[in-house]
Formats: sequence, C-alpha cells, structure tokens
Amino acid sequence: MFTLLRRIIRSGWQSFRRDGEIAVATIFVLFLAVMLVSVLYLFRDVAHSLVENIQERIDISVYFKEDVAEADILEIKKEIFRFPEVKEVEYVSKDQALEDFIVRHEQDSILLESIEEVGRNPFLASLNIKAWDPSQYEKVSEFLKNPEFEDVIEKIDYYQRKLIIERICSLNSIISKTGMILSVILIAVAVAVTFNTIRLSIYNSRKEIKVQRLVGASNWFIRGPFIVQGIICGLLAALISLLLLTLTCKFVSTKTENFFFDLDVYSLFIKNFWTIVTIQIITGIGLGIVSSSIAIRKYLKI
Amino acid sequence: MIKFENVTKIYPSNKPGSEDTIALENISFEVKPKEFVSIVGKSGAGKTTLLKLLLAEEKPTSGTIFFEGQDINQILPEDLPNLRRKIGVVFQDYRLLPSKTAYENIAYAMEVIGASDEEIARDVPKVLEIVGLDEKAHNFPAELSGGEKQRVAIARALVHRPDVILADEPTGNLDPYHTIGIIDLLLKIQEMGTTIILATHDKDVVNRLGKRVITLENGRIIRDDERGRFVL
Repeated sequence: MFTLLRRIIRSGWQSFRRDGEIAVATIFVLFLAVMLVSVLYLFRDVAHSLVENIQERIDISVYFKEDVAEADILEIKKEIFRFPEVKEVEYVSKDQALEDFIVRHEQDSILLESIEEVGRNPFLASLNIKAWDPSQYEKVSEFLKNPEFEDVIEKIDYYQRKLIIERICSLNSIISKTGMILSVILIAVAVAVTFNTIRLSIYNSRKEIKVQRLVGASNWFIRGPFIVQGIICGLLAALISLLLLTLTCKFVSTKTENFFFDLDVYSLFIKNFWTIVTIQIITGIGLGIVSSSIAIRKYLKI
Repeated sequence: MIKFENVTKIYPSNKPGSEDTIALENISFEVKPKEFVSIVGKSGAGKTTLLKLLLAEEKPTSGTIFFEGQDINQILPEDLPNLRRKIGVVFQDYRLLPSKTAYENIAYAMEVIGASDEEIARDVPKVLEIVGLDEKAHNFPAELSGGEKQRVAIARALVHRPDVILADEPTGNLDPYHTIGIIDLLLKIQEMGTTIILATHDKDVVNRLGKRVITLENGRIIRDDERGRFVL
C-alpha cells in the first residue's frame, strides 16, 4: 500500500519535472486563480476596514452653553451613557478644548494670535458621543432634543453629518453586494480557465494513458501521478502568489497610507496572514486535484 | 486457455455509401496452455485485430472470446487490468511511455503487478541484458532507434512473467542477429511454461520455428497446421 503511494508520488514528480512547458502553463493559470481569490478576500477586508474607519470618525458633538456647570454636564454624560446604543462619551471641557486647538494649530501663529485677540476662551464645553452603529445616532439625537435639555445645549452637531452617515451606510452594503457578485463571476471564470488548461495537458497524454491501461495498470495507478502533478502545481502557484501578494501589499501600503487615513493595507494583510495562506493553499491544491481528477476520467475508459 | 468462437469484427465506415471494413470473419480456434502459435498473413489480414480483441482493447461485433474459461466481454472495465496483467504484449508500434526511460518502461510492467522494489531491481537489469540494452537503460524512447525501442517493448512484455505473451511483429525492425536472438528467447520462455502467440509476416521466422501456424487471409482462417510453414 505504501509502496504504491510512493511509486505514484515518484511518478508524478518525475512527470512534473520532465514536462517543463506544460507545468509552467498550469502553474501560471493556477497562480492567477489563487491570486484572484486572495485579492478578493483581502479587498473585502480592506473595503470593510475603510468603511469602519470612516464610521469610527462619526460622532455627535453636543456643545453646551457657556454658563453651564461642569457637574450638570457630567450628569447628562452619565444619563447618555446609560443608553445601550452609546459606545462611549467623552467630556471635553472648555479649557481642554482650548488646549487641543492650540496643539492642533501650533504651527499657525496667525490663528494663535487671533485667539489671544479675543481675550477669553471662546470654546464651549462639549460631549463627544460615539454609538456602536451609525444607524443608532438618530435615537441618541432624539433624546437630546428633549425639551429638558433645551436651555443647556447650545448646539448639536449631528444633522449636518447625518447625510454623510447615511450615504456611507448604504455604500457599505452596495460594496458588499457588488463585491459578492463580482467575486462569484470572476472565480467561476478562473476555475473554468484552470480546468481547461489542465484538461488540455491531460489530453496531451491520452496515448500514454491508453498504453498504461493496456499493460494492466489500475485506474488509480494511472490517475495518481496526474493528481500529484496537480498538487505540486497548486502548491507552487500558492507559494508564488503568496510572495507576490506580500510584496504588492507592502508596496500599496506605502502609497496609500496617507491617502486613506491610516488604512494600513500591509498590516491588514499580516493580520489575516494565516487565513490567506490557508485560502491560497486550499484553492491551489483543490483546483489542481479536482481539475486533474475530472479531466482524466474520459481517458480511463479503455 | 484461449478460445475464439465464431468471432467477427467489423469496423463501421465513416463515409456514407462506402462499405464497412470486415477485419475478422467467423474466426474460431483454440490455443492450449504452453503452446507456441504463429499467426501469419498479409498486411491487413487481421492479425493485429485478433490481438486487440484478446486484450479487450476492442470488442467483437459478434462471437465470444474466452481467456482461461472466462468470457472477455463480460469483464467489467474496472476488472480489465487483472486480465491484462496476465498477458504480456509486444505492440507493433512499440507503445512505450515517452516520458519514462527504457528502464522505467520495463519496470512499469512490474510495478503494475505490485512487485517489490527488490524484485524489480533484480529482474529489470537481467532482462535488459538479455535483449542487449543494458547500455541504454537510462535513455528515453525518443533517443532510441526503432530496433532498440522494439527490444524495450519485448523486454517489457516478458519481465513480469505473464501466462501469455502476444507478440505483434516483434522482429520487424531487428537485424537478423537480434531476430534470431528474440525468437530463441521466446522459445525458451515457452519451454518454461508460457503460452506464446506470435503474429508475423516474416517467412524465415515462421519456417525456422516449425510450430503451429494459423494463416489468415482477408479476415478468415484459411490454414491451421501443427507444424506449419509460411506458404505464399
């Protein structure tokens, strides 16, 4: 039993080494398929990460009137935090707001001078409210519109952003759906091309297969080496695409770092590294095995 | 051991209006174990077809073929390898595996029957030496001459010591020296208990053998002599 396996593997490896051109073609096609699947997977992750990133920056800022006591504001903070939809609430005092402004614009002397001109701290105390999900902001803002808050709240900075928030939510779901459909189509094409390439290479060996049948080889003894070749090609394709993907991610990362507010493609890639490797290996080897097995069936009938 | 009973093989023609090819017509004969039979006839007489039917490479249009008592046609495709392992075939067109060396081609016949590595390492070199190809053991078929390929095919047919050897024009490409060598080899193997069926149109070979000769012409058996000679 073991001898049989050993012979099949050795035969498969020999055939792989001895037929360079066909191996290269097969590996190339498998590489494309594997690359496609991994990039789509990564892309989905990147897209979600991007959207999440933007969502993170969404918040409601509630500005309180000048004369409101800090204790009252903190009371309101506690009340708001009781909402299950609220993820966090941050209190920014007047002084803190001024400090932040100075730090943010420390390079801009004109702005700093104009603050001094005003003489007093023009900033208001505020609460930054973050919800778990953008769809929940509506509820929080409804709460804040409550008449009991009317005389302490100066301004709620939400309605201006509401449109953007809604747009982003719908964009997210559109991306998901389109992505899915596109992925399915592309993957189907890749699989078809790969299967055909492997089928052609087995067609090339049809006479050999017939001879093997006529000297009494069993179907598995004939099939085995072709499947082994499929596995070897699949593995190599996965390895090459892993290498290329790593390099590409690194490269893309440096280019898009600043463009997409700290979306680090490379670190996303690293985070998913083992998942990606598994996907690639399974796709490569899986496609190799399945294509070889199906393609050879026709020639085993003699 | 081998029995052909009213076997007919017709190849339907592709072109409408043209006739079907009758390769064999109502062939009946029997080969006993350890017999040496030569099948002779002109090119196109049906010799190769006969061997193809015996190997179950083709199915007869009508009639039955028995191998060791079993109807070949009733054998399921997945069981055919078992039949073929008992038969060693020297094909007229050699049919070597192009991606394997001479050694590997011959060893393949033994791997197929599940021989151990020791047995293969022991028998394959021996057989290579017998056919005079020990120098070329690691060459690929593309690197061998016609005669050398034929000798590899012969070696492959007998290395696994089958019950029956079917040889289709095994000496066609060989010089007289090698031809005699091969025929003597086949005779020796037959003495050791193997049934040999030899298809040939080599007059000298047949006459030298002095064994049973079945003569085919246009798909029919016209002579079957125990101590036959090649008759034109």
